Amino acid sequence: MKIAIKLAYRNLTGAGLRTWLNVLVLSFSFVVILFMKGVMSGWDLQAKTDMTQWEIAGGQYWHQLYDPFDPFTLSDSHAPIPPQLSDELAAGDMVPLLITQGSIYPQGRLQSVLIKGIPAKQSLLKLPTHRLDTVTDAYPAIIGAMMARNLKLEIGQYVTIRWRDVNGTFDAHDILITDIFSSNVPSAEAGQIYLPLETLQEMLSLSGQATILTFRDEKKERPAVEGFTLKTKETLTASIDEMLKTKEVGQGILYLILLLLAMLAIFDTQVLSIFKRQKEIGTYIALGYTRGQVVGLFTVEGALHSVLAALVGALYGTPLLWWVAKNGWAMPIDTSEFGVPIAQTLYPVFSLGLVVSTTLLVVLITTIVSYWPSRKIAKMNPTEALRGKIQ
Amino acid sequence: MKYTLLAIAMLSLAALTQAQPTANEIIQKVDQNLSSDNRIMETAITIHGRRSSRTMTAKTYAVGTQQSFTEYLSPARDKGTKMLKLEDQLWIYSPSTDRTIQIAGHMLRQSVMGSDLSYEDMMDDRPLTETYEATILGKEILDNREVYLIELNAKVSNVAYHSSKMWVDAERFIPLKQEMHAKSGQLLKRIELRDVEKIEGRWFPRTMVYKDLLKDGEGTEYKITDVRFNAEIPEYIFSKAALKR
Repeated sequence: MKIAIKLAYRNLTGAGLRTWLNVLVLSFSFVVILFMKGVMSGWDLQAKTDMTQWEIAGGQYWHQLYDPFDPFTLSDSHAPIPPQLSDELAAGDMVPLLITQGSIYPQGRLQSVLIKGIPAKQSLLKLPTHRLDTVTDAYPAIIGAMMARNLKLEIGQYVTIRWRDVNGTFDAHDILITDIFSSNVPSAEAGQIYLPLETLQEMLSLSGQATILTFRDEKKERPAVEGFTLKTKETLTASIDEMLKTKEVGQGILYLILLLLAMLAIFDTQVLSIFKRQKEIGTYIALGYTRGQVVGLFTVEGALHSVLAALVGALYGTPLLWWVAKNGWAMPIDTSEFGVPIAQTLYPVFSLGLVVSTTLLVVLITTIVSYWPSRKIAKMNPTEALRGKIQ
Repeated sequence: MKYTLLAIAMLSLAALTQAQPTANEIIQKVDQNLSSDNRIMETAITIHGRRSSRTMTAKTYAVGTQQSFTEYLSPARDKGTKMLKLEDQLWIYSPSTDRTIQIAGHMLRQSVMGSDLSYEDMMDDRPLTETYEATILGKEILDNREVYLIELNAKVSNVAYHSSKMWVDAERFIPLKQEMHAKSGQLLKRIELRDVEKIEGRWFPRTMVYKDLLKDGEGTEYKITDVRFNAEIPEYIFSKAALKR
């Protein structure tokens, strides 16, 4: 094997420009695949971190009727906060959230909104709820940047909201925008306004009630709470995993095209080598090499392309990918309307596992592609090969 | 002489008391004029937006307050759009997509075809006597008509508007204006009713102007071009299947 690698390396370097062209194309595919996989890992990390910080923390209890995709459920999705959770609430490790639907009238236009009540003193979520402590005649409210942009609202602006209380009676009041936040999490900011929890409870005549209870500690064994359903962090972030899986399928096609281009060149080189080096093959056999050993030699020679490509790719890819990982990759278009948790600038994450698995994948594919044309050697007549007769 | 004057005064007072109906009697008469077992109406709806106005025509079949079916007849882009209300559920059919969707949740709060009425406004049309306690605040002159100013306060909890003021024609017992208030007291909507005519033995307004006072614009005008009360309406009209016909 050692001789095979030594011979293969010599043959490869001996081929000169042809080898380096193949290596360059393969290294380019290698770096691009690594970059794209890094972007996906970075997105996964960013989306989950943002969701944790802005919306779900360590997990949530949902009212048993609450279904965010079914607006029919919202009017009945509230219940008194269970007394068994009072210690956690008092310690600030749990945040109750009450949700209702309403309308907002910015600049005399009517828009539907979700009105969420959240304690002003909470510190579990990154939402700037301390700004809900503002003393004003109007109800203090905070909104997301996405919503502020769509409704043309600014900090300090008054706007009227209308809602129905628990009995369905209309009520209306002015709100004062006390802060605008930017979270990258559409489900935490699109089409919704946050008011102090007590205010919303009073508005709806639902004192002491909540729709969602968000808790801090995801590892703690959670008790079952009557009337509420436990949603673990894994369940709540499952949509991100599914979305990334779908994206990966799409990216897989791009990887395939890139690898196909590189593999085509290697396949071509291998076929040409076997065709041009028949005398050499015959000599190897005459010297006592078995057919399998010769096939192995040519396969190693082809596979070495990928090793060289990894080295060359590392040469220019390492500084390039390090720079991208540090400075991020700014999305060329506005991502706020995508409806998924995605930052405007993505920071790719290149873990050791990612680099090793991508390298192994490329080496494996190159080896298979190199072996494929080499199988022909096994069928060659050694005497004919030695004479250099085309077979 | 003294006794004769006292008798005349008492008789006048009795006559006056008899002439002035109570608030509940007034809204009962309003209900009698506006409500019917069923009705078929053709309306021209003009929506006065911030920049321009547009008019649609529609035909509505209604039985009591629980069932109603509306088909839009013009303009071409809205023609064939149908709405079906069965108790507290509402469906809308769009011919361009050939789809029937149920209007629910936040969609109920959106305006109907861009008008000043939301879908949920259409859902709540119970008789006033069932839902409000009425008080007479006084008599006024409105559009050269003598009117009773009535204050309505909800007597049931599940009512859309907590309170409202109604200017009721003292002779024809038809409201000429109504202002609806939120629980907080904020004025939310105003309805003006005009062109009152006697149709099939009852006074009925031919024109109604709805104005959502939180929104910009000049309001939405409903002109009733044809109305028939207690007409024969086939039962199949109030089914989801009728939306696609």
